[in-house]
Amino acid sequence: MAKARDEKGSNRPKLALHVPEPKYRPGDKVDYSDLDVGEPGKQPRPDEACAAKETFALCNDLIRVLGDDNKAHGPWDPRLDAETLRKMLREMALVRAFDNRMYRAQRQGKTSFYMKCTGEEATSVCSTHALDADDMIFPSYRQQGCLIARGYAITEMINQIYSNKADKLKGRQLPIMYCSKRLNFFSISGNLATQLPQATGFAMASASKGDSRIAATWVGEGSTAEGDFHSALTFATVYNAPVIFNVINNQWAISSFSGFAGAERATFAARAIGYGMAGLRVDGNDPLAVFAAERWAADRARANAGPTLIEHFTYRAEGHSTSDDPTAYRSAEERTEWPLGDPVNRLKQHLIAMDEWSDEQQEEMDAELDAHVRASMKEAEKNGILGHGLHHPFHTMFEDVFEELPWHLEEQAKQAIRERQIKFPGDPAE
Amino acid sequence: MNQMTSDTTAAATETGETREMNMIEAINSALDIMLDRDDDVVLMGEDIGYFGGVFRCTAGLQEKYGKTRVFDTPISECGIIGVAVGMGAYGLRPVPEIQFADYIYPGLDQLISEAARLRYRSAAEFIAPMTVRSPFGGGIFGGQTHSQSPESIFTHVSGLKTVIPSTPYDAKGLLISCIEDNDPVIFFEPKRIYNGPFDGYYDKPAKSWKGFDEAQVPTDYYKIPLGKARTVREGDALTILAYGTMVHVVESVAREKGVNAEILDLRTLVPLDIEAIEASVEKTGKCLIVHEATRTSGFGAELSAMVQERCFYHLEAPIERVTGFDTPYPHSLEWAYFPGPVRIGEAIDKLLEA
Repeated sequence: MAKARDEKGSNRPKLALHVPEPKYRPGDKVDYSDLDVGEPGKQPRPDEACAAKETFALCNDLIRVLGDDNKAHGPWDPRLDAETLRKMLREMALVRAFDNRMYRAQRQGKTSFYMKCTGEEATSVCSTHALDADDMIFPSYRQQGCLIARGYAITEMINQIYSNKADKLKGRQLPIMYCSKRLNFFSISGNLATQLPQATGFAMASASKGDSRIAATWVGEGSTAEGDFHSALTFATVYNAPVIFNVINNQWAISSFSGFAGAERATFAARAIGYGMAGLRVDGNDPLAVFAAERWAADRARANAGPTLIEHFTYRAEGHSTSDDPTAYRSAEERTEWPLGDPVNRLKQHLIAMDEWSDEQQEEMDAELDAHVRASMKEAEKNGILGHGLHHPFHTMFEDVFEELPWHLEEQAKQAIRERQIKFPGDPAE
Repeated sequence: MNQMTSDTTAAATETGETREMNMIEAINSALDIMLDRDDDVVLMGEDIGYFGGVFRCTAGLQEKYGKTRVFDTPISECGIIGVAVGMGAYGLRPVPEIQFADYIYPGLDQLISEAARLRYRSAAEFIAPMTVRSPFGGGIFGGQTHSQSPESIFTHVSGLKTVIPSTPYDAKGLLISCIEDNDPVIFFEPKRIYNGPFDGYYDKPAKSWKGFDEAQVPTDYYKIPLGKARTVREGDALTILAYGTMVHVVESVAREKGVNAEILDLRTLVPLDIEAIEASVEKTGKCLIVHEATRTSGFGAELSAMVQERCFYHLEAPIERVTGFDTPYPHSLEWAYFPGPVRIGEAIDKLLEA
């Protein structure tokens, strides 16, 4: 094949296949000066109930509130009181302390896998603050901040990560694939983007019942390539569903830069335009802007004014997971040169600029949070770490496949327990 | 360990030079050779380009063959397989990678309704000569989304071939055959044995492929025909049918128990080497089928039915199946789920006592 052109002998231009290539590879000098990040405070804020098309300019802009002076600017300033800001700061710092300890725990062999969200804390913590406690969250796998912002106990999270006998998910799920119905946090799937149509469905159900709860979902920019994304947005606009799509554009999907999801041609917020959905593009490292955008979308959804797609423009400061090595495919300078800073530091500096916080208080808090995480680890380790005996009874492996245990699974459960007794005679665990 | 059987060695070309390779290197070598031999071969998948794949199977290939022949894709399995159908229609020979078999489901419509039936519905005007590579199986604490063995979903689809290697040598020779095949092939790579054979004892140190005969891989082009099983070990006490990781587990259990089992590594589930199976079961009169996938409607059920249909009057005991349990693949109880030495040993005892 591939001979058609020669035979035609025409002077048509030779077609060329474009395969995206990131600007920087390991060792490269990084220069973000051509990245247009706009000016804080300059983006207009339309009414929450506006026609979707009034937001379309914002899909190509970047909503920012915090300036280089560490002060809040413009119409998107959510005017939060200092107490709320300190709470958000504390939760973001807790997420970071937790991530650091859990990463080390994986390296020490206490569990099989971990995923940090360093640099992206605002996109989960601050957006969750903008929602009501009974709004349903359909997370992806990097939203530990949502769970922490809703007050989930760190010990419970570690029990899940260790798959130990106190793990509420009974050791069935990969570490970090949390679930908490009590906190309206849906079960995390390892399969990508599946949560998007589910969030739409939840929102449709809530609307059909005349409820006031809305749904919010999170997805990485890379996963917007999945068909589920298109289905979710189509249903959401067709039924005007009260749902918020948070696209976390952290620039990298494992080793694939955002260009492999279409970022060379359009922003992710601009996807909303084609669906006739409201879209916002926000500085994901600006805690105030994230809160403001999410609250705008929540108010819009609650007013029956429709769904919103929010692109959180941020940077994945660490590897995809403990199984990844980002030094193999991207320049280390990307992180240090990122023009939008670090969300924890930005909120801290803002509070200091407000005279509501100090470096000493921050240090004290960081130490306290780290101690809290360490104490929680100790507590969780009493229930075991992965692969060290204190797991759930074997019979639990067969439960919840169906509501009622069918005969063939009962038979298989007996077999599993018998096998254990053969391998470890006298082990009373079962 | 075991020697390669004569039909296997005969299938290899006699170039002579071999090198010790693990399964990842053997797969990389097959891809390298096919990219070099055939300009129509293209590789695509998530993270396979610059990064070389999350398991490194495509390491160095983009650098060598360029970005239009080895490239990263959007995270869309539907897109990856759908695009491969279109490329095949143009005349290319795509080798898409699905990063984990557990992620293949969004691509099922393109695989089942399109790729598998294109030849049939177009009266062979169009074909889908693609090989979908995908790591599968458990034993790496991957939880339910990085551990599944969904082979029987594909063996059930008419028009698809399903191939599963168990050694570096086979992986290379079979993969080359798959790529040259004009029909769509699912090539499942047992990720637990990428770096070394696994005897089922998770609590012992992991072995590498170093020093194993099956890791001596010819550096040049060679093929292992699809549809030919490998006799891992000859014996007359019973026949054990296995594939992928389980080949090594059953072999070690048989050795440990001192059972004179005949072990067949099926290598290709569709098309199946039924002759080899028949000949063996007729000789031994007893048949054990082992796979890691869930039991109900697993490929073992098909094997059991075929053995019963063809060898009924030679059977001296009911056919036994050892499989994973009918639950999602659990994380912490992974080794309670895995069909390990205890489960296999019990089934062997039962057959021998019958």
